[in-house]
Amino acid sequence: MEDTVTKKSYSLFIPCDEANHVCDKSQYKEASLLEKVKLSIHLMYCKACQKYTKNNTKLTKALNDKKVDYIKDSEMNELEKQFQEQLKDFSKNQ
Amino acid sequence: MSVNTNIMAEHQLDPNQWIKKYSGYLFNYTISRVDDREIAKDLVQETFFAGLRSMKNFEGKASERTWLVSILKRKIIDHYRKINSNKGKAEVRMTYNSSEESEGDWLEERVADPYASNAETDIENNELGLAIHKCLSTLPEKQAKIFRMKTIDNFDTETICNEFDITSSNLWVIIHRARTSMAACMEKNWF
Repeated sequence: MEDTVTKKSYSLFIPCDEANHVCDKSQYKEASLLEKVKLSIHLMYCKACQKYTKNNTKLTKALNDKKVDYIKDSEMNELEKQFQEQLKDFSKNQ
Repeated sequence: MSVNTNIMAEHQLDPNQWIKKYSGYLFNYTISRVDDREIAKDLVQETFFAGLRSMKNFEGKASERTWLVSILKRKIIDHYRKINSNKGKAEVRMTYNSSEESEGDWLEERVADPYASNAETDIENNELGLAIHKCLSTLPEKQAKIFRMKTIDNFDTETICNEFDITSSNLWVIIHRARTSMAACMEKNWF
């Protein structure tokens, strides 16, 4: 699928919005090497993006913490289904 | 009168949103205490049902989540009671390693303490989980759903795009917004 947020830019200097986008992508290991190089260059001079990248990385670390157990999407859907039935019964009896 | 109290009440219940908003939080709360996914799911489910049944007792003094957690706590305690009533059976099956040395050691000392595994790091991780869920529930519904799919369930971009019928740039914008508010929320509550 084409990535339309990333504008085709041949310069090594990228604007902040693009830098943030690369940063987001790299949180999911989806940024290319060139993109990462561009990001690092951008980060050398842009304070705001440095801060964003720092927070973003911190967030990723927290989310990936192995010991935090998440309920799976499928499990949640199951709960939802059962609950909706209960809810229907409940409102009928009201 | 009842209308009046409703207006006075700061918080209101909306059961339709419960699962989406709180199941993650309650599940995380439970799993760190019972250590079994299936049991945790059942307890969370029971909590929602019980919440539904006792909705009219809700006074609006606490937030929805706090109220549900207080129900869940009782469910967890009930669960402990239930497994502890099987203690008698466990007693028969238990054998002491060296009967002479440990004579007089009573069974209670050997039964797994539900809190024992909660070393400091575990508590911290548990709280981290709760903080994450708290923040997740502040996101708009669609954003939270997509963010969860992308980040926690690790679906790839294309699958999510197809499911929600959005382009990948839409997706990244949503992810960006979600990450920004998540980071801000975590900054406030955790880091």
